[in-house]
Formats: sequence, C-alpha cells, structure tokens
Amino acid sequence: MSFDLSCPVPFTATDTIEIGHGGGGMMTKRLVDGLFRPAFGAGPDDLNHDGAILDVGGELLAFTTDSFVVKPLFFPGGDIGSLAINGTVNDLAMCGAEPVGISVGLILEEGLPIAELQRIIGSMEAAAEAAGARIVTGDTKVVEHGKGDGLYINTSGVGRVIAPAPINPRQAAPGDMVILSGDIGRHGIAIMAVREGLGFETEIVSDCAPLIAPVKTLISAGVPLRCLRDLTRGGLATALIEIAETAGLTVRLDQKAIAISDAVRGACEILGLDPLYVANEGRFVAFVPASAAETALGIMRSFNPAAAVIGRVERRRERGEVVLDTIGGLRPLDLLSGEQLPRIC
Amino acid sequence: MKHLDEYRDPATAHRYADAIARVTTRPWTLMEICGGQTHSIVRHGIDLMLPEGITLLHGPGCPVCVTPSGVIDAAIAISGRPGVIFCSFGDMLRVPGGAGSLLSAKARGADVRMVYSPLDAVAIARDNPDRQVVFFAIGFETTAPTTAMAVLQAEREGLTNFSMLVSHVLVPPAIEGLLSDPDNTVQGFLAAGHVCTVMGFWEYEPIAERFGIPIVVTGFEPVDLLQGILLCIKQLEEGRAEVENQYSRSVRRAGNEVAQLTLARVFAVQQQGWRGIGEIPASGLRLAPAYERFDALARFGGIEVAPDDPGECISGEILRGLKRPADCPAFGTRCTPEHPLGATMVSSEGTCAAYYRYRRSEAGSAPVAEATP
Repeated sequence: MSFDLSCPVPFTATDTIEIGHGGGGMMTKRLVDGLFRPAFGAGPDDLNHDGAILDVGGELLAFTTDSFVVKPLFFPGGDIGSLAINGTVNDLAMCGAEPVGISVGLILEEGLPIAELQRIIGSMEAAAEAAGARIVTGDTKVVEHGKGDGLYINTSGVGRVIAPAPINPRQAAPGDMVILSGDIGRHGIAIMAVREGLGFETEIVSDCAPLIAPVKTLISAGVPLRCLRDLTRGGLATALIEIAETAGLTVRLDQKAIAISDAVRGACEILGLDPLYVANEGRFVAFVPASAAETALGIMRSFNPAAAVIGRVERRRERGEVVLDTIGGLRPLDLLSGEQLPRIC
Repeated sequence: MKHLDEYRDPATAHRYADAIARVTTRPWTLMEICGGQTHSIVRHGIDLMLPEGITLLHGPGCPVCVTPSGVIDAAIAISGRPGVIFCSFGDMLRVPGGAGSLLSAKARGADVRMVYSPLDAVAIARDNPDRQVVFFAIGFETTAPTTAMAVLQAEREGLTNFSMLVSHVLVPPAIEGLLSDPDNTVQGFLAAGHVCTVMGFWEYEPIAERFGIPIVVTGFEPVDLLQGILLCIKQLEEGRAEVENQYSRSVRRAGNEVAQLTLARVFAVQQQGWRGIGEIPASGLRLAPAYERFDALARFGGIEVAPDDPGECISGEILRGLKRPADCPAFGTRCTPEHPLGATMVSSEGTCAAYYRYRRSEAGSAPVAEATP
C-alpha cells in the first residue's frame, strides 16, 4: 500500500450517489477508501479481500456478505437466487473456506408474483445443495410497489477455513503464475443481452456456478494457493488490479492466453466493451508458485477445459499493477471510473 | 472473429511498421479523424511502432466530444420536464455540460434511459403513449442515417409523443475547417472508415485537390491503421495528394446511396457549433422543414442553447491537433474520468480518456520500460 501525502482528494466528485459508485471501479474504490474504511476503523488490508478471516478460539472462520440487485431476475444460465448463493459460496471459497452456514435477507417489492418467488427460492435451495451449504437464517421485508426491482437479496456466509496457509493478495510473490479458470465475460453479456433486448445469433449463457469444488480439489491436492479471487463485477482486469495493488506487485498478462468465446467477443466488439472488464459469476483466478502451476492447471482444466495460465507475477514496475502485452508494447490496465457504457458507433 | 484476427496479427503489423520505417525519409504529421481510430492506436500501441519524426495527431472525430455543452445542458433541461423519457446512447450519459451530466440528472430523478439505437427510442414512445419520449441524436454520418430512419418510422406510425434533440455533425467541413486554420500542422489525413462506408469518399476528392493533402480512408484495426499510415506517408514522400482507400473491404467510392438519400430527405445542412472548436459553416444537420415537428427544442420551448464556456479545458486545441493531453496542466489531476473538465476526458472515444486509460503516467511520450522480472 502506498501513501499519498498530498492533499486528500474528496472521495467523490458528485454530491449524490450515482450508478458508477456500485460499478466496482475507481468510484467504488474512492467510496470504500474515503468513507467506509476510515469510518469503520479498518486497516489497510481489511475490506480488501472477498471475505474476512476471523480467529474464533483458535479456529479460523471466513465471513463474507454480498447483495444482489440484478435486473432481470431470470437470465440464461441462472437467476438472482442461484447468483446470491453462488456469490457468497464463491467468496468463502476464495478465502480457502467451505461454507458452514448462509443467511438470506430478502427485500421483496409489492406485486412480485409468488410463482417467481417460488422459482427463485427453489434455485437458491438447489444452489446451496450443489455447494454443500446450508441456509440457516434469514429475514424478509416488503417495500412498496415501485420502490424495488421485484426482489433484492443479501446473503452472508460463514465458512470453515480448510486451506493450510493464508490465501490473500499479500501472499503473492514474484514468479507466481496466474491461472484463469475458464473463458470470461459471459455473465455480463448474458445479462445485458436480456436486459436490453439485444438479439445475438447465439444465446450467451451466464457462467454463474459454484467454485467450491475446484478450490477444495486444489487444496486437497496440496497445491500451495497464494491468492484466489472470483471475477465478479469489474471483470478480470479489476480483480487483478486490486490484487496487484494490495500485493505491491505487477501482473504481466498474456492477452492471447485469455479465453473469450466468439459470441462474447463479437458482442463486445459491437457494443464497444472491453471483455477484460465485463462481469463473470463462475470464474476465478489462482495465484500459485511456478512449481505448482502444472498440477493446478491440470486440476482446473478437469473442471473447465478452457482454464489457462494467463500471466505471471513480477516485481512492481514503475507504473502499472497489471500490464498487457499488445502489438506495440506493454500497456498498463487501469481501474475504470464507473460502469462501462456502450459506445456510439 | 477469425476475419478480425487477421487485422490484429502482430507479425503482419510489424511488417507494416518496418515498411513505414523504410519509406520514411523525413518528419511528417498525420491526423486520424475518428476517435475509434485514436483508441485503437493508443490501445494497441501503434504510435509506439512508428519511426521517430512521424507524429500522429488525434482529430475531432469523437461525436460525444464535439457536442456543445449548451446542447447537453438543453438535454438535461428537457429530461427534467414533467413526463419526459429522455433516451441517449450510453457514452453520452457521462459527458458534462455546464450543469452536470445526464447521469447526474438521472441520479436526481430524471427518467434518462440508455438506448442502443434510435429505433429503441421509437419503441419506447410507442409503448408509452402518455409520455413524451425524446432521443438525443448525436454523431457523424455514421449514426445520422439511423436517426433519419427513426424519424421516418415515427412518422409512419403517427407517433405524436416522439421528438429528438439533434446535434449531428459532418466530417468533410471539419477537415476543411482544420486545413483553413493558419495554425494547422497536419500534412495528411486518415479518414474515418465507418463514415466513408455511409458517405463514400467522393466528397474528399475536392479537399485533397484544393489543399494538396493526401487523404487515406482507413479502418480501425492495428493492421488497417498501419496500412493507412504507410499509404499516406508514401504519398507524402512521393509528393502526391490523392484520396486512397485502405478500407476497401467496407468502403466504395459512392458509399451507401440509400443512406445518403435518406439523410437528404430528413435533414438539412446548417452551420454547426463544435465543442471547443466553435462554429463551422455547413458542418451540421437539422431536421428538414417537413420533419420539424419532431424537433424537441421546438416542442418543449423556452430552452436556450447557451454558447460554450470551455473554462480551463483545452479540448478545443486537442480536437484540432494543436495540443496533446500532456500539454494540459489539469490532465490526470484536476481532470479525470470521474471529474472531467471536458468531454475529451469522458467519452470512450475521447483523446484524453484514451491517454488517461492507456498512457496515464507519461501522457504519451515513451513506451513502458521493460523491467527485468
């Protein structure tokens, strides 16, 4: 973590909350670093990972929370229910923990059809079972018609840490390999296609999935996992930038190794979006020492054949936490300001 | 996607870079017109592959950047009128006028919606007969035909609740404006492939002749751009000043005649204000008299389009290629994508945004130094 001794920058350039504050980019970071972190007395490493690790009487527990406000509620490859369970299960998995109990907070909008709620609850149950997680407590509130998008869900999870060593960005070291668990960009494009009524020739299906099984397999095979991160909003680039920034290192990416399906690539070309920043809900990156990369890759490929080594960790470059090989040379990747907006032409 | 990969192949790109180095005997200054080309150049590091002495200036071809701030303020004012649904392309939403952006208007409660096509706005009007639906019609000759289609569609459906705020601009008059400027340093142009797909390139021939300047219609991928640069430098080295077509897989000399006829039917040419640049004669489009009833400014009334006040922002000089982002004292400090002083920092096609995103700490001087791992 570097400290800037110059005059503090106001944590937001606007006097109201805008959509971009939730985009996971620079605006979100300013809000967390400028308001939440100091207010909650958090240290430089707190709030920087997918979950917190708590030492409870000698046993290490992982604790995480996430809220889901996706529109539409149903999309190819999942719905808000499966998303809410997988999101929290995955955050625990990224701490090297298996889920012990999950809480579900529902905020329902007046007028939501019971049949839709039943479908969503059903898929939460199925997702929890698939991940070996139990939903143990919950809460329900109803807001007036027009005050919510049908349904918002918050889930929190407690997990038992099963990894033998800490997994977080600080553990990453020069020479580590970065392995990506599959192709990227499906979830963000699938949601956008349904929400905006964009018809593509091939239906793009969200990658929404639990990640606990590959992580458990990696741990039981004895792969030393330095850092794990699931790629959610902000996509691969944002996740790697956050890790590299916390670790004080540079990640050098091989653009060609990053798998992107033709359908997602095509959609991104048309819309002017960078797939490196498009959301995922069932992909993660693993930082492992080079000596363990082959074993780790073999395991990850057994879950998804598109898994690949996409880069390596280097000592911190003068500028750029994450650099990408391009035709003309290396190019640093930066956090986006807010959300990616489709371009005009 | 295979087709696209050919134009991103590093080996082919380097072959063209080598060819450029071989034909270049002295310094030349080129300008790419289109913001999409600017981003591709900076994103792929094309400028870093060119011999010393070849300067690429980034032109005014970002539709979002050249939309006057007074027009954006008018858009915000219209979006605040009761019952209005205001529809805009995505990357226009963040651009500040004098009184905030459409995104901030949305945050304050205006019904601002992002659309992907003007026809989406027509559909919203059809589905909301009790609301006034306004489309923010901006862009070059690339987007203007779809705007014209939307007007014709609304007319066909007899929609009375659909209108548009028009701020369309045209490329050739802007090139003439740049070349007529006594401060101009541009010696060759890469014309925008997409604009020429619609308009063809016959319009550029008199400009090349009158100003004695090579113009190469160029695509957007790394190999396209390098090929366009090579053709342009060859002309300069050989003392030719012609219009050439690098982007022949998409562009014909005549262009898309149906689209051109539609434009001529729906729009009339007028003098137009360009943000940061000022008024350019015959460089904009307004609705033709037969379609004036779709003009949002006339429909809502009482909304003045104020003249631009650029303040500290030097985007006008950047859009004319007179300065680069590094020349601006506010770049990356007082002016960032979260707090932009001008449109070139906001739009995905803006020059300052490209440099902020891809070249922040050096603002466009040297490539990233190779560090030993």
